[in-house]
Amino acid sequence: MTEHRADWPSDIFAVLREREISQICHVPDAGHDRLIRLCTAQNDMSVTTLTTEEEGVGMLAGAWLGGRRGALLMQSSGVGNTINALALPAACRMPFFTIVTMRGEWGEGNPWQLPMGLGAPGALEAMGVTLFRVDRAEDVTDTVNAAAGQAFNNQVSTAVLLSQRLIGAKGFK
Amino acid sequence: MNSGTLQRRDVVGAILTLRKPNLLVVGGLGSSSWDIAATDDNHQDFCMIGGMGLAVPVGLGLAGARPENRVLVITGDGDMLMGMGSLATVAQVQPRNLIIVVLDNEVFGETGGQPTHTAGVTDLAAIAKGAGIAVTGTIRDNTALTEAVPLIHEAEGPLFYVVKISADLPETVYPPLDGPFAKDRFRTAVLGGANA
Repeated sequence: MTEHRADWPSDIFAVLREREISQICHVPDAGHDRLIRLCTAQNDMSVTTLTTEEEGVGMLAGAWLGGRRGALLMQSSGVGNTINALALPAACRMPFFTIVTMRGEWGEGNPWQLPMGLGAPGALEAMGVTLFRVDRAEDVTDTVNAAAGQAFNNQVSTAVLLSQRLIGAKGFK
Repeated sequence: MNSGTLQRRDVVGAILTLRKPNLLVVGGLGSSSWDIAATDDNHQDFCMIGGMGLAVPVGLGLAGARPENRVLVITGDGDMLMGMGSLATVAQVQPRNLIIVVLDNEVFGETGGQPTHTAGVTDLAAIAKGAGIAVTGTIRDNTALTEAVPLIHEAEGPLFYVVKISADLPETVYPPLDGPFAKDRFRTAVLGGANA
């Protein structure tokens, strides 16, 4: 179990490769660190660090206009920054795919993370984003694959929520 | 008081009249998109009517996906002020094929002409320079515009120009309002029908 848990970022990376997702945009989160490193080491992937998450929604729309698939990696706190930007893929029926590391749940120790962490799923759903939640490492591959396929095959917005139970709660005491 | 004398539609016309076949244009929401639509109904132009602050990020993503094309973002000062962080992201990526032109009328033209920050002390070209975009400039007259247009079409990017324009609003000419149609039209023109 411990071993599998350590492997889930590699599982996500394998799905990104399989789905030909090559533009990665992110505001970093500790939970995404390993995946970001895997993508950065891949020559035919572009990894772009953003100043704020809504830039990623715009960049991925631009990439799609040019025929390229991408994904936005962010923490649940960043979801709030994307809300109006999500109108762009929705209004133009473009695919938008994001993988969100969740805070504010399952043993959260930082009270400042609770409001946006607890509000992130509702905010995404309010903007028409279909949610795929993952709580267990063995479900990562299938869930990320299903969410990516749904986004790009139907030209809709989907989000994978990687739960804090999966990632591990930060040790506040 | 607005300091610009150039007319926005003349500026966009002067730039787009000399466009090359590989140019893709991203229009920022509002008047910039109307200017592009009024100049030519080119299917390689994607005009935004929402998503404030995102014209530069859309251009950046497009430039990365299409290295064989040149991408010109034409947007306004209000849109640029909302997305200033994206200038730092552009500077980090250093896309050789991305050019940003900000039509700066120093007002929120679509909402009643309330002054923007550039009507005061804010200098968008200085911000772009500080963000790390090496080539920036502020254009205030036809002479400077005439000098800049060849660079917009040929010089290595990223380039960032502010064009100070009059706050006069010409007739509204809409680009396609239906987003899926606009997107499919653009992708068909750029990628070919089989890939769109």
